[in-house]
Amino acid sequence: QEAAKYEKKVMVLDFVMPTPLGNSWGLGGTCVNVGCIPKKLMHQAALLGQALQDSRKFGWQFTEEVKHNWMTMTESVQNYIGSLNWGYRVALREKKITFENAYGEFVGPHTIKATNKRGVEKLYTAERFLIATGERPRYLGVPGDKEYCISSDDLFSLPYCPGKTLVVGASYVALECAGFLAGLGLDVTVMVRSILLRGFDQDIANKIGEYMEGHGISFIREFVPIKVGSKWHMTTIDCSIPIIMVLLAIGRDACTRRIGLDKVGVKINEKTGKIPVNDEEQTNVPYIYAVGDILQDKLELTPLAIQAGRLLVQRLYAGATSKCDYVNVPTTVFTPLEYGACGYSEEAAVEKFGEENIEVYHSHFWPLEWTVPSRDNNKCYAKIICNIQDNERVIGFHVLGPNAGEVTQGFAAAMKCGLTKEQLDSTIGIHPVCAEV
Amino acid sequence: GKNEYDLLVIGGGSGGLACAKEAARFGRNVAVLDYVEPSPQGTKWGLGGTCVNVGCIPKKLMHQAALLGSALKDAQHYGWNIAQPVHHTWSVMAQAVQNYVKSLNWGHRVQLQDKKVKYFNMKGSFSDPHTIRGLTKAGKETVVTAENIVIATGGRPKYPTHIAGALEYGITSDDLFWLKESPGKTLTPFVFIVSLECAGFLTGIGLDTTVMMRSIPLRGFDQQMASLVTEHMESYGTKFLKRCFPTKVEKLESHRLQVTWKNTDLGTEETDSFDTVMWAVGRAPDTETLNLETVGVKTNSETGKIIVDASEATSVPHIYAVGDITEGRPELTPTAIAAGKLLAQRLFGQSSELMDYDNVPTTVFTPLEYGCVGLSEEAAVQCYGSDNIEVYHAYYKPLEFTVAERDVTQCYMKMVCLREREQRILGLHFIGPNAGEVTQGFALGIKCGATYPQLMKTIGIHPTCAEEITKLHITKRSGLDATVTGC
Repeated sequence: QEAAKYEKKVMVLDFVMPTPLGNSWGLGGTCVNVGCIPKKLMHQAALLGQALQDSRKFGWQFTEEVKHNWMTMTESVQNYIGSLNWGYRVALREKKITFENAYGEFVGPHTIKATNKRGVEKLYTAERFLIATGERPRYLGVPGDKEYCISSDDLFSLPYCPGKTLVVGASYVALECAGFLAGLGLDVTVMVRSILLRGFDQDIANKIGEYMEGHGISFIREFVPIKVGSKWHMTTIDCSIPIIMVLLAIGRDACTRRIGLDKVGVKINEKTGKIPVNDEEQTNVPYIYAVGDILQDKLELTPLAIQAGRLLVQRLYAGATSKCDYVNVPTTVFTPLEYGACGYSEEAAVEKFGEENIEVYHSHFWPLEWTVPSRDNNKCYAKIICNIQDNERVIGFHVLGPNAGEVTQGFAAAMKCGLTKEQLDSTIGIHPVCAEV
Repeated sequence: GKNEYDLLVIGGGSGGLACAKEAARFGRNVAVLDYVEPSPQGTKWGLGGTCVNVGCIPKKLMHQAALLGSALKDAQHYGWNIAQPVHHTWSVMAQAVQNYVKSLNWGHRVQLQDKKVKYFNMKGSFSDPHTIRGLTKAGKETVVTAENIVIATGGRPKYPTHIAGALEYGITSDDLFWLKESPGKTLTPFVFIVSLECAGFLTGIGLDTTVMMRSIPLRGFDQQMASLVTEHMESYGTKFLKRCFPTKVEKLESHRLQVTWKNTDLGTEETDSFDTVMWAVGRAPDTETLNLETVGVKTNSETGKIIVDASEATSVPHIYAVGDITEGRPELTPTAIAAGKLLAQRLFGQSSELMDYDNVPTTVFTPLEYGCVGLSEEAAVQCYGSDNIEVYHAYYKPLEFTVAERDVTQCYMKMVCLREREQRILGLHFIGPNAGEVTQGFALGIKCGATYPQLMKTIGIHPTCAEEITKLHITKRSGLDATVTGC
């Protein structure tokens, strides 16, 4: 859309390979269809379940038993997604961008073959190409996984309530899904091979796990599935577990293996499938660029992909020089107790700067809104990590509590401005909110 | 002789307690006097001051109760089956809130004890610059002397005594949070933060609520934002009587209240009956019984507030003042706390750091919350001229409102920047859910001198409302449609 602003002739190819269970979706990519958007909405549904409980303590009265209807929620969510798909189609049309719902692959220099659902092939040439094919969920590679398991690609449009669910994985996807499924009243177990939220601050990751366990989610640690059987059984090395639904969330693989990159000489990381680029998002082939989840060594986040894409185009066609800033990118994990972070985890800070050169300030807090319903005293937590040698500059920000995303966003902006501990201390808090802590 | 205490604090509220506790950290001999004169309706409360007892805390909790009411409606869209009708019981909420407040009173008592701060539940007045006469409720007198004295007595709600019946029949925020029974059909004449916030949550818990507005809402605030806030309240169910002001309040036989008012637009006089009339016409400093004239502490002749310099010193050496009682300072808990702490550090901790009152963020907890930091658009225009400022703005849609089918007309944000090269941010205004949480971090950024380009370089967190701030790019000057599109 940015390129069209500069009156360039632009074409977008989008195609969704159906999941093993046959699921597909419209224009918009992972975030809109099977990522951020439906995830946050279902997380909200779970939060509302909690709000219902709280509201009784605040004087609201209604029937004792409140049940959740999966279909009602899923329908609302899918309707909203549909409106977004439609919105994108309209936006592309209005901006005179050619859109083809077809699978694209390189067949030679500057040439792409587009194959649509019905198998009709067309060839297109372009001066420049941008690869932004993203990723898809990984499967276990054990017998029965594709037949009997679902992934996040299927969960958000599942036409029946998943019921008793086993979530395999310890990624944020696994924990977020386990979190909201439990919040909707389902019996949820999470199977974890080793640690939670690899790459995230482990101190916080453990707190998240503890919170989830304290709220009815079972964890099976240090097990991996080796076989999924037809009668809804899952076998691991030591035991066999009967379950109804298995949700795999063990990672995502880049969609780069079958788009003809070898035909044009674009190098990819053979192990991960990701594409290495320079700091201007250019691959080793000068006229081919890449953005988003498929990039090597970059965070897999929607706003980052958007920013990188926009700035790239501004550099190509508007003479701009700004590069995407991948430092201090904030993120939030929408587990039942939300986690917002920006900058270094404590481990990473210690590794980079040395323990004696960093100072960690931390505090537990109790959101005012949780006092009356007597919820979870002392579970919420915030910490900042400062670089002593650089004027106590804030290099890591972590908050565990409600609305963590809203809280973290502004702090990320402040960190971009070089926030120091002194400046943090001299800023007056807004009272009473969680962020003032 | 020698003074008994190093520091005596009159007033056990946000500012006073923070100052006292900080001074005690330096091993000083500290005492706090706290006394609550009952309201005209007879309401009183424990240690902790306005914020804890009749301000921020109970307000936010009752606001939360109202928000939960909306959540109950939203929940149905998200698949939760709740049998209608749902109704709210005031006494359950009030008791829960009051119990929590009492636990805070207790907590403060314990803290003072732990920190070896002497606490007197007495009303203090000056005998001389180092001597305070304390009176208990029973009339027992104690004389206390101190090297330094900090006045932190705060303020109390004003009554519009020129309106007949106002004092006898109306209540204020001092009473609202302690009512054992529902206020019922309520009128809040005049529009200040307190009246809007209260009217907002009363509406949210299902009460028939009317706000009377003589001219503009929230004087002193950014007027565009103030209008959006009141517009939302109207669509939310609060009734607004615009361009009206009350002339008298009478009690009816049924014990209800009859209010008469003038409609300045139509030039007519109208009446209606209510169960409760809550006055929120501003707060007056609690200095009357302090005997300030005896010691020569100067106050502002118009407001009655104590005049202090940048170090919180009054016109009399060794006498200081912090919090709502001081002239020209924001009436906010966090500023009182910070000022109190810094004062103690300067007095006893060899610090020279002064309180910075610039860019203090705040949030109005109306049904659709409003968070702001820095200059309003009007103030920026006045200060720099409209040619020298750029206002970026956007109407956005909180994701959670989509499925809930909630009205997003007033979900809006704007950033006021200097137009010159650096484009420093002068003010940020945000209306939407969790406005306080959203605004806090950005206030930090503004404290660091954030510029528009720096904000644009910040990656957003998705999906949140706050991320829209990092995406602001439509200017008012351009005249383009500022509605956010896309995911």
